Amino acid sequence: MFANRGLYGFAKCLTLLVLGSLALTPAMAREKYEVAWSIYVGWMPWPYAEESGILKKWADKYDIEIELVQMDYVASIEAYVAGQVDACVMTNMECLNMPAASGIDSTALIIGDYSNGNDAILVRDNIDAKSIKGREISLVELTVSHYLLNRYLEKQGMSERDVRILNTSDSDIGPIFLADKSQKVVVTWNPIVMQIEQHPGISKLFTSADIPGEIIDMMVVNTKTLSENPALGKALTGAWYEVMQVMSQRGAAANKALAQMAGRAECSPIEFKNQLKTTAMFYTPKAAIDYAGGEEIKRNMDYVRDFCFQQGLLGEDAPSADVVGIRFPDGSVRGDKGNVKFRFDTTYLKMAAAGKL
Amino acid sequence: MFNMYWKPSPLQSALLSSALFLICIGAYLFVSHQRHQENPSDKIMPTVSKIADGVQRTAFETDRKGEYRLWIDTWASFKRFGISLGLMGFAILLGLYMGLFPVVEALFYRFMLFFDKVPALALLPILFIVFGLGEVSKVSLIVLGVFPTIALDTYLRAKAVPGEQLIKARTLGASNLGITFRVVLPQIMPDVLNTIRLNFKAMVLFLIAGESLAASVGLGYRIFVVRRYIAMDIIIPYVLWMSLLAFTADLLVRLWIKKGYAWHRAH
Repeated sequence: MFANRGLYGFAKCLTLLVLGSLALTPAMAREKYEVAWSIYVGWMPWPYAEESGILKKWADKYDIEIELVQMDYVASIEAYVAGQVDACVMTNMECLNMPAASGIDSTALIIGDYSNGNDAILVRDNIDAKSIKGREISLVELTVSHYLLNRYLEKQGMSERDVRILNTSDSDIGPIFLADKSQKVVVTWNPIVMQIEQHPGISKLFTSADIPGEIIDMMVVNTKTLSENPALGKALTGAWYEVMQVMSQRGAAANKALAQMAGRAECSPIEFKNQLKTTAMFYTPKAAIDYAGGEEIKRNMDYVRDFCFQQGLLGEDAPSADVVGIRFPDGSVRGDKGNVKFRFDTTYLKMAAAGKL
Repeated sequence: MFNMYWKPSPLQSALLSSALFLICIGAYLFVSHQRHQENPSDKIMPTVSKIADGVQRTAFETDRKGEYRLWIDTWASFKRFGISLGLMGFAILLGLYMGLFPVVEALFYRFMLFFDKVPALALLPILFIVFGLGEVSKVSLIVLGVFPTIALDTYLRAKAVPGEQLIKARTLGASNLGITFRVVLPQIMPDVLNTIRLNFKAMVLFLIAGESLAASVGLGYRIFVVRRYIAMDIIIPYVLWMSLLAFTADLLVRLWIKKGYAWHRAH
């Protein structure tokens, strides 16, 4: 009897609690935005901006709140596509085939860097273009690794059909390759590349430094959110270039910042600095504007969108690579002009360059 | 209606049983429709026609490699599942012997008890290193995950057979093997089959986990790869298909128990 009444009371409390929390949706004083990030050398300035208070300073300046959320890479983009977060870090390739292909109009707010060796094809026994034919290659399918392999094979006059691909999770790909000597070729990214290449008998066959500027790392914001709330774009851009300034200097302050980033990236400061060497950071807004506004990026986006189309990433029933429109800062569009979902926008970068933030 | 003596008519029963299914489907269709009004190219909750199109493309059309994906994936996963299921026979044998022979019990029982609590998934990297990236590591993950459970369950059931029966059989001249396979095994078999059936879900989970980490074909593999471009129009049919297969396997075992062990229902 008593136990019964206890349960009854519990159920009552629970109901009240649920109803209460529904009724008491608090009125927000300031607009709050959520930004997702994942661990990668070119994105570590974000958690540093948060920890150092730089992000809060800029958010306060524009009277908004910005909350950073750390996630796994794919999960973070899924959250962004589902509208759970307002902005997310990602590469140009994922921006095209995840949000843009899903109809989420997205703007590349900050072009942070391009991979200049962070992605690599690593081989045993000095395998080369001739002996790679017919080999089993482990990589995470449909990622920039897969793209890198395709670009390599293309340059060698081969195609994906000439090799066998084994999809392997990035969480295990390094240790397994090192342990299993029968595996001869692996394609992966940093910090895994760094861990693998330290071992004897393993060499780099091809890296993203051989296709510079094709794999771009960016901060992507939902275009609608951004146009309705320019404050978000201003605060993020301002915070980013303040961190860039700290990082690009020499001396104790920069070392401290890099050490802090290394800590969040779960590697040593030396390892972090080594990864930075294979990352072409755009330390100034001007460098990013020059790259985003140039002709080279258009050609590179063509490579990327052709790859995405061939792999069915733009939708398996997509008629051509033109199904999604990509708009560049000069106003030109690659692909469907009526369906622009991916925008390179230098508006905020220009404000930063002119010191107007 | 809400009392313990209410007897639903067949129609009422059918309506009530389908209610939750209909609500779920209805809720999905509603939200999916809303999302599509907002964004016609929404991929997260595809409409029924997009899902049908996904089925068409995976099951009845070849992909760019010239393969009928759904069927080759199903076959690959089916083989992995089937081999693991076959190996469960050894789990039954071990459990049976542990329950009946003190020497086997002393050797294995505590080890199995501990082994059962080890989260097999966390050991995956070791499995991959020991068994390579091929089929062996995937099958061994499923086996490691479910084997101890089945063995321990069989053990408990064998232990629960009344000692009088064993003595009776022995006085009638039964040998060790006779008691094991003609007295104990037949009467615990339906319960053991039920345990295996209830562990199908765990086996499927381990199968997907193994396939998601290193594979080039398989139902779990496909789900994790197409996730890279949010192809829910493929993932949803795959998930329904896997549920249907598991449900069918479950049904077959239940039929086996019903036909093969008709006396069991009286218990």
